[in-house]
Amino acid sequence: MKKTATVKGINGTVVKAVGFSIMGEMVHIGEKKLLGEVVEISKYIIIQVFEDTTGLKEGDEIFGTGSPLSLTLGPGLMGGVFDGMGRNLKYRGEFLDVGIFKDITNKWKLDILVKEGDEILENTTVAVISETSLIKHYIMSPFSGKVSSINFQEEYDKSDTLLLLETKKSIREIKLQITWPVKIPRPTKNKEELKIPLITGQRVIDSLFPIALGGTAAIPGGFGTGKTMTMHQIAKYAHADILIYIGCGERGNEIKGILDDFEKLKDPKTNNSLMEKTIIIANTSNMPVSSREASIYTGVTIAEYYRDMGYNVVLIADSTSRFAEGLRELSGRLREMPAEEGYPAYLSARLANFYERAGFFKNLNGSYGSITIMGTVSPQGGDMNDTVTLNTKRYVRCFWELDRALAYSRHFPAINYLNSYSEYVEDFNEWYIKNSSSDFLKNREKLINILISQKKLEDIVKLIGEDVLHDSQKLVLIIGEIIKKGFLSQNALSKKDSYTSLEIQNKFVQIILYLYERASSLVDMYIPVSIMKKQGIFTKIMNMKESDYTYSIDLNYYFNDIDSFYNKLAQEYEQVWQ
Amino acid sequence: MAIIYTSAEEIKGNIIQIKSEESFFGEKVIIEQDGIIKNGQVIAIDNDLVYIQVFEGTFGFSLNNIRVRLTKEPFLLNLSPDIVGRVFDGLGRPIDGLGEIYGGVRKNINTPAINPIFRDYPKGFVQTGISSIDLLITLVRGQKLPIFSVEGIFHDKLAIQIVSQSKIYENNEFYESTSVLENDKYPIDEDNYIVFAGIGLKFDTYNFFKNSFMEIGNTNIVTFLNLALSPVSERLLIPRVALTAAEYLAFDLGKNVIVIMTDMTSYCEAMRELSATRGEIPGRKGYPSYMYSDLSSIYERAGIIKGKRGSLTLIPILTMPAGDITHPIADLTGFITEGQIVLSNNFKYPHISILPSLSRLMKDAIGSGKTTKEHPVIAKKIFEAYSKVGYARDLAQIIGEDELSNEDKLYIKFGMEFENVLLKQDYTENRSIYSTISIAKELLRIIEDE
Repeated sequence: MKKTATVKGINGTVVKAVGFSIMGEMVHIGEKKLLGEVVEISKYIIIQVFEDTTGLKEGDEIFGTGSPLSLTLGPGLMGGVFDGMGRNLKYRGEFLDVGIFKDITNKWKLDILVKEGDEILENTTVAVISETSLIKHYIMSPFSGKVSSINFQEEYDKSDTLLLLETKKSIREIKLQITWPVKIPRPTKNKEELKIPLITGQRVIDSLFPIALGGTAAIPGGFGTGKTMTMHQIAKYAHADILIYIGCGERGNEIKGILDDFEKLKDPKTNNSLMEKTIIIANTSNMPVSSREASIYTGVTIAEYYRDMGYNVVLIADSTSRFAEGLRELSGRLREMPAEEGYPAYLSARLANFYERAGFFKNLNGSYGSITIMGTVSPQGGDMNDTVTLNTKRYVRCFWELDRALAYSRHFPAINYLNSYSEYVEDFNEWYIKNSSSDFLKNREKLINILISQKKLEDIVKLIGEDVLHDSQKLVLIIGEIIKKGFLSQNALSKKDSYTSLEIQNKFVQIILYLYERASSLVDMYIPVSIMKKQGIFTKIMNMKESDYTYSIDLNYYFNDIDSFYNKLAQEYEQVWQ
Repeated sequence: MAIIYTSAEEIKGNIIQIKSEESFFGEKVIIEQDGIIKNGQVIAIDNDLVYIQVFEGTFGFSLNNIRVRLTKEPFLLNLSPDIVGRVFDGLGRPIDGLGEIYGGVRKNINTPAINPIFRDYPKGFVQTGISSIDLLITLVRGQKLPIFSVEGIFHDKLAIQIVSQSKIYENNEFYESTSVLENDKYPIDEDNYIVFAGIGLKFDTYNFFKNSFMEIGNTNIVTFLNLALSPVSERLLIPRVALTAAEYLAFDLGKNVIVIMTDMTSYCEAMRELSATRGEIPGRKGYPSYMYSDLSSIYERAGIIKGKRGSLTLIPILTMPAGDITHPIADLTGFITEGQIVLSNNFKYPHISILPSLSRLMKDAIGSGKTTKEHPVIAKKIFEAYSKVGYARDLAQIIGEDELSNEDKLYIKFGMEFENVLLKQDYTENRSIYSTISIAKELLRIIEDE
């Protein structure tokens, strides 16, 4: 490293310098070698520092690295906790000091899959490592060329040379690790259409507002609406190979909670710890703001690296509002002209850059992989028209709005079933017919219609009371309540209720709709809803998600129950009429 | 030998500029003028110009009659076990006339962030003796739980009641692994330590706190005081100074510390004032855009560190201007802290408004082995029932109470009873969690007997 510039001024995390520099270059500043990035070159070089600048003074030396902010990608990432710059937190103290840290690495045993003389393409797998019990790490060659020699060792360090590759221009060393600039997406062959839903086991999502494998979703919600809990549930249960959780500007205890949780939680398929397939990027709110911005890019770059190996990655960014606020804070320090609400004018472009890195891809090496991005948004003052929410809405196709009123009544996940949407759902029709139920879309429509009418009726009831309603309307109120309490609301803390497979979800929907249909015919026979209520069937259906029966015996049991409820009342009343 | 500068370039608000190439960012500066010593801190450097913020104000300064000394160190606080029972100003200087603190350690008031993976997740139940908090918004050892108040109610009394009655129960991995305690419900038998930071306090309020601390007879109190008349820029340091002392007690001496900070609104206003003086681009309602990061650097210092004995529980109090919970101060605080206790003048003392209140950490601190097995279920039922009360009351206003369905009538009755029996509580009344739960069970009978 050589000295390239000198510090001239310091204001918070923004440093002014004179000397030579490249736009976007990563630099080390002063004795402690603080990390920074060049963001402007004018009369002065303006550097954004990713760490606390206390102690810097005028005249301190700046060392250029000659390359943009990059990440070292290689085995050892899985199961780790990193800060926004990709530095492993495990190797640092109780309090986070600043500067450069030596990354302690394991030795890896690997299987080499190529032999001398092989012609390989870019991103071809040359070796494989069992990184954790769940994840195989494929070492990919960053270049195309001919394998000229292989270096056989018992064990390899991340920085050891694995083989030599003869490319068109020169001979290259292929190591276990590569570096990649975080702000540049890794290349792929093709971005495919999204036709497969990502199953999360959360009923309101899978049955009403499903997200695609490779899709994007935003989860806006003010504080206290159960945003974090909802994210955790998805993280635990989504059908994905790898999970990347970015805690961006969130609480320290929350990160610790996730870590504890995931270590204890078992992956439903393999019964291994969930941490074995998880990477956490933890940049808590009190860590420096510039690395908060970087954490988002760090996360998505790691996601792309594993996608190239052919994995389906779910990336959760919690929260993108903190990312946007970080941008605003930095923009303010750079004295840039503010746009809406003080956010910089490039906020929208930055969000697009992030969300557009999601997708279902054909990789350069011919494998398929996906990145599904879910970003939480914390709207200022709970206002759904805030700048970050609106800008995010333009780039996501799923919108799960968390509702404070639902949260207050302890209805979780508090996803508002009237204002949320999924633009994907029609695209999945083919998949549903093949893998689930051919009535899926039809039934979903019915559920939503009941919920809408229930909402309208509730407004009337608020004004004039329930007594004036017709029995058919009273029935809608009851069925709506069953859908809300018995189906949409899901208890994350209950073992039985925490996860529901799509198959059982379909059954639940069919049972509820069947009950509605049968009860409606009873209403047509002038049987009062108050009598029906006494039969206990409504309560039974409402509680089926928590009932032991549901998971031990055939769900058709409930259909029979509804039938006997129907027959009993129908017969009784036939006699009365006669 | 420290360098002394005898002239300034510019004086503006509480900020002075001097020419120097020696100073570093964040350095502590001593300014002397006519024998009066004031403290300052380097807040920006631009070429050879150094911007110094003066905490006691720049009134009376001129460009030539001052002596500025660079101390070559950041802001440090003298700490020793002797700080307990003492009163300090916002910069950590004793103001009780009992002399300086000697010996011990000197700590930087800006500690780096706690490494999240070295935290211990807070799980210990704290019994405050206030039914509504214990049952529904449980305070947890090591939590940061703010009180959102409004003008005209007794949030100070509530704060005193919480600190005087609190019994902290330990349950963290440190004890589990060393098996010092067989029973995780074992309360700590020594008194809790209290660190009190008064930020921009009215004199009367300060008096109230002072007298109350004497009344409750807990001598383990460290007080940091900035009165409404004290210099505004001192308010920017006082939370950090108080937390440094609290961290010392908690993590160095292994005590269970509860930090009370009141009023955070004064802190944020001081931040806004300084930001305006510096000509920064204002964010929401004129507050600087870095307010979130700044507040989190205060609140996030609460917690428990793996392998250390003590804990730091933080209860900041803030008044919501015009009772607006979406005001930036309340909004940003709520996003950083682990829940909030919202007060409202619609309710009698302790004024707690249940529905918007929340404790995010309570689920791990209640239930079997902690409080009672039924606690989580009862809390959930009470919440659900009480959220229906508001609806029934709205309806009653429109159609009259007589016209309500039987169910709604029961909810109205439940609401009344809940507010009068469980919510309402006397300042001196200390209810154990067990009696709180039996009151709650009794209340639920009203609606479950239908």
